[in-house]
Amino acid sequence: MAVTLEVTNEEITAYLSGEIDHHSAVELRRRIDESVLSGTPERLILDFSGVTFMDSSGIGLIMGRWRLMQEQGGHLLVQGVPRSLRKVMKVSGLDKLGVLEEKEEVKQ
Amino acid sequence: MKKTNSMKLQFVSRSANEGFARTAVSGFLASLDPTVEELADIKTAVSEAVTNCIVHAYADRIGIVYIAADLYADGRVVIRIRDKGCGIPDVEKAMEPLFTTGGEDRAGLGFAVMQSLMDKVRVRSQVGKGTTVTLERRIESRGDQNDRDTE
Repeated sequence: MAVTLEVTNEEITAYLSGEIDHHSAVELRRRIDESVLSGTPERLILDFSGVTFMDSSGIGLIMGRWRLMQEQGGHLLVQGVPRSLRKVMKVSGLDKLGVLEEKEEVKQ
Repeated sequence: MKKTNSMKLQFVSRSANEGFARTAVSGFLASLDPTVEELADIKTAVSEAVTNCIVHAYADRIGIVYIAADLYADGRVVIRIRDKGCGIPDVEKAMEPLFTTGGEDRAGLGFAVMQSLMDKVRVRSQVGKGTTVTLERRIESRGDQNDRDTE
């Protein structure tokens, strides 16, 4: 599991890759939150296009970052969710939170 | 129904073993020639159950997580994930979506995810003794597709 952070004044994009479970989510959360709290980003983008596996720990990661961005007065966007993860995302009702980017990911 | 294969696995409840557990189960199922989606569903459900053992059953200590999996001739896979941890006082409550005692960033969706991905999920628990989660899913093995079409 890895995360690459791209930071500008207004926006942080976290490119996630590999497998997200309860074990790997701890480090992801730490790195993303550190970056968010060290600036005043208006928008946090979680990019899932490199994620190959995710259980409900990924949902917890998204919900926790959504809350954090709410507290910071910014907002969250989730993009590039591979088709294979959509089932788990759907169970969570995250699609109703309005953070999931609508367009389908482009197949490489 | 005839059992065609079975395996048992045990490991300590360290979170680093979550990936090992789901990968081991997925490797065991390879002989059934499951689809990518079937395999992903089962891996996800196993990951949820094992995470519950680590986060809840053995919240304040390291214990042993036991996995037993059986394959049946009709394509059913039955996986039991067992712990000897604290047990669940109210199983019905624990299975409610969004209910969690896991603290920040636990979504409370583990059982909801298991139920949505598996054909059957059974939970037996005794406070102070432990919990067994049984996951059942039928693999539509591509090899016997013809048999299934004529059923």
